[in-house]
Amino acid sequence: MSLQPTQASLGELAQALANKTISSVELTSLFLERCERLNPQLNAFITLDREKTLAQARSADARLAAGESGPLLGIPLAYKDIFCMRGWLTTCGSKMLANFVAPYDATVIEKFNTAGSVCLGKTNMDEFAMGSSNETSYYGAVKNPWDTTAVPGGSSGGSAAAVAARLAPAATGTDTGGSIRQPAALTNLTGLKPSYGRVSRYGMIAFASSLDQGGPMARTAEDAALLLNVMAGFDARDSTSVEAPVPDYTQTLNGDIKGLRIGLPKEYFSEGLTKDVAQAVEAAIGEYKKLGAQVVEVSLPNSQLAIPCYYVLAPAEASSNLSRFDGVRYGYRAPEYTDLLDMYCKTRAQGFGPEVKRRIMIGTYALSAGYYDAYYLKALKLRRLIAQDFQAAFEKCDVIMGPTSPSTAFKIGAKSDDPVAMYLSDIYTISVNLAGLPGMSIPAGFDPAGLPVGLQLIGKYFDEPRLLNVAHRYQQVTDWHHRTPKGFE
Amino acid sequence: MKWETVIGLEIHAQLATKSKAFSAAATKYGAEPNTQACAVDIALPGVLPVFNKQAARMAVKFGLAIGAHINHRSVFARKNYFYPDLPKGYQISQYELPIVAQGKLTIELDGVEKVIGITRAHLEEDAGKSLHEDFHGMTGIDLNRAGTPLLEIVSEPDMRSAKEAVAYLKKIHELVRYLEICDGNMQEGSFRCDANVSVRPLGETKLGTRAELKNINSFRFVEKAIDYEIERQIDLLEGGGKVVQETRLYDSDQNLTRPMRSKEEANDYRYFPDPDLPPLVLDAAFIKDVERTLPELPAAKRARFIKDYGLSAYDAGVLTATREMADYYEQAVKAAGADPKIVANWVTGELSSCLNRDNKEIGQSPVSAAMLAGLLARIADNTVSGKLAKEVFEVMWQGLGDADAVIDKKGLKQITDGAAIEKVVDAIIAQSPKQLEQYRAGKETLFGFFVGQVMKATQGKANPAQVNELLKKKLAP
Repeated sequence: MSLQPTQASLGELAQALANKTISSVELTSLFLERCERLNPQLNAFITLDREKTLAQARSADARLAAGESGPLLGIPLAYKDIFCMRGWLTTCGSKMLANFVAPYDATVIEKFNTAGSVCLGKTNMDEFAMGSSNETSYYGAVKNPWDTTAVPGGSSGGSAAAVAARLAPAATGTDTGGSIRQPAALTNLTGLKPSYGRVSRYGMIAFASSLDQGGPMARTAEDAALLLNVMAGFDARDSTSVEAPVPDYTQTLNGDIKGLRIGLPKEYFSEGLTKDVAQAVEAAIGEYKKLGAQVVEVSLPNSQLAIPCYYVLAPAEASSNLSRFDGVRYGYRAPEYTDLLDMYCKTRAQGFGPEVKRRIMIGTYALSAGYYDAYYLKALKLRRLIAQDFQAAFEKCDVIMGPTSPSTAFKIGAKSDDPVAMYLSDIYTISVNLAGLPGMSIPAGFDPAGLPVGLQLIGKYFDEPRLLNVAHRYQQVTDWHHRTPKGFE
Repeated sequence: MKWETVIGLEIHAQLATKSKAFSAAATKYGAEPNTQACAVDIALPGVLPVFNKQAARMAVKFGLAIGAHINHRSVFARKNYFYPDLPKGYQISQYELPIVAQGKLTIELDGVEKVIGITRAHLEEDAGKSLHEDFHGMTGIDLNRAGTPLLEIVSEPDMRSAKEAVAYLKKIHELVRYLEICDGNMQEGSFRCDANVSVRPLGETKLGTRAELKNINSFRFVEKAIDYEIERQIDLLEGGGKVVQETRLYDSDQNLTRPMRSKEEANDYRYFPDPDLPPLVLDAAFIKDVERTLPELPAAKRARFIKDYGLSAYDAGVLTATREMADYYEQAVKAAGADPKIVANWVTGELSSCLNRDNKEIGQSPVSAAMLAGLLARIADNTVSGKLAKEVFEVMWQGLGDADAVIDKKGLKQITDGAAIEKVVDAIIAQSPKQLEQYRAGKETLFGFFVGQVMKATQGKANPAQVNELLKKKLAP
């Protein structure tokens, strides 16, 4: 059978490269050509740089010719534009960094470079990863390949659209409150947010430091496992990364899941969840039962507090993290100003978009003298309660399942004037970040309009092998993940 | 009305680590601007801090030396404010849980001892520098200093005069240098001090409104600035006015303080725990390990010098003022095998005055402890007289060799040959019949004349004791 690169798995691509069926330059060119042709429809990429990309592909080919091999050697990938990459424009979706060429590689990028992956381009994202629809990007909204009038989710919407439309075999994302899982759900992808501390944050532009995690966005659990094998691991440059050995995540994919105890939090199946999503999720659970899993009801009583808790803590951290964008050393500086204070004010007023400003203001307020105890400290206490809920639930089950997002992809513009409605898109994903747990979204069917539904899997701390295993077994008996949006086959 | 002054000091001691508090960049002073600022120091997007544990060792060392409580768990917090030389827009510091809490230090002023409480000492990073000269109306930013570790030492408001404040400051200065955690260089800014000053009617227990004095970077300025401020506040209050809580800058040219910013309009720093850094956890073994590296502290050393070497309190104080000075002294004592008091006289006398004259630190002395000991040995064995030894020392100071070489080269060897001295003595007596007559007639003060003549004839090299003895014998009627 001849190779169909846009439909092939990463394993098949690596095989073809190793067999010299195709070279990295050929493979990369094929995807680059798709990117250049189709990106105008989707706006998935902020930066495409044919020369830099092909240079990387050539060096991968040289390594292949020298007899080197590796699961990602020569394979083109798309990187979210939040990861600093030496010599590449790294904007984080903001006007503030529209002129910022990173002088260093993020640890994740360094690892991919070592593995021999090729950077196809830097993907569009909500500005500073703040958003659930990819509409806050300075570079404009990203369109969902399943319906180009709908959002792809956010903040890793560019990566999601690129992989869903087969502009890239796989991509990286980051997830602070659902930014990998929600767009994965809305575009029919497999996305994994690892446990906090599993993937180095060094070089990943910070939104909320205690919540941010990078992770893979791919078509299948198997592909995600290959990416995570490279991304995961302790990094001495990130004091919050955890010093624990990295297993080979592909080795445990096929484990039997007979007797697996699936916990269904009753709070995840109540009001706010659309019927279409509920039905697809229930059908997926039914599939798991057929595979021998058992279902138990669990409770996460504080989960409805996750959104208010998150919208104190994440903006508080962000307000401080984004202080460095002051026009002094790099990035945007207002062209005209009268004095230092005026320079700060104009630079930040002009350089940040409205959602970023909103969160800086919320966060600044929450940390202010006189409000700190009522907001920040209270939110920290809630965070502990939310984590304890999960701990208690995991005494009764091995994995928690539920919807990733309350609805399928909504129309571009539908929620952009209503921040709270937008924030509710992440109601099922946010608590996972607050608890530091690994979470996944996998394709679980479509609504009557043909828009994808995601099933969320939540695991115990550092239990990524089990999540990937559980996802993989489902993907062996279903074919949702193989479906490709029309026009992007 | 009688007024009482209340002073508390906040001291910033730059910790003498090789690399910065949260990055691997070097901390050396005086490099070309922005050559010691890495990606972390200039706060590029995406970078993260990694704590330099060496700074914790030093802070713990200080805490142990002041008998403080060492917090096994301390927390790094962000202090948020905008300033061009603060690259992240926040300073990493410690707020609610500092590494060191509740210590104390005894100071001595005019023979009276007093205990000063130390509320806390916490770790933080320094900012860069804004350079206002030579930029044609613009400001230059040098981030070499950004991220250098500091220990901020906060005292209780326990001092009651500028002199007490200076005594405390000097004591801390001496201590951090003893501990080798800070070079103490005030000119280069590695040891800085802010003073909180208030006054209140004598007998009042409530604190008055305070002013915080900044920019007082020498012991002399600390005293002058505080004294000026006390007077200003008393004048203000006696004139019916009120002291406002504010930060005041000391102007050393005009010897006055002037307001910098008032606290009302001061920043709300929005402190919160730094999510990039886990709490700093120190186990008992770490603290024990640091304890083992503690040197003998100044007070203990002073007491030992008085006891073991029979020194006066004053000499012991001078000799223990720095660890280097004390080490020099003890090395010389050991090597010389001489009377420790004589060694002390040389170190506090000849050596110290040469150091002062040439503006040198003891570590830069061209005469090492071993060389000084060598000279003292030559005095003890009568090779050279005490008086000529000073000349020998001066030559040694010029770097022209050790005592033996100098004595030899300059022909300063003492004449101890009895016959040779006797010959000179006889000659002098023979040349001075008049003086001999007067002496024998009872004018005993002329004895000195004969000694002088003999010494002059021998270029000072004759052994004075032998000269005395011979003259006494020969002049006797």
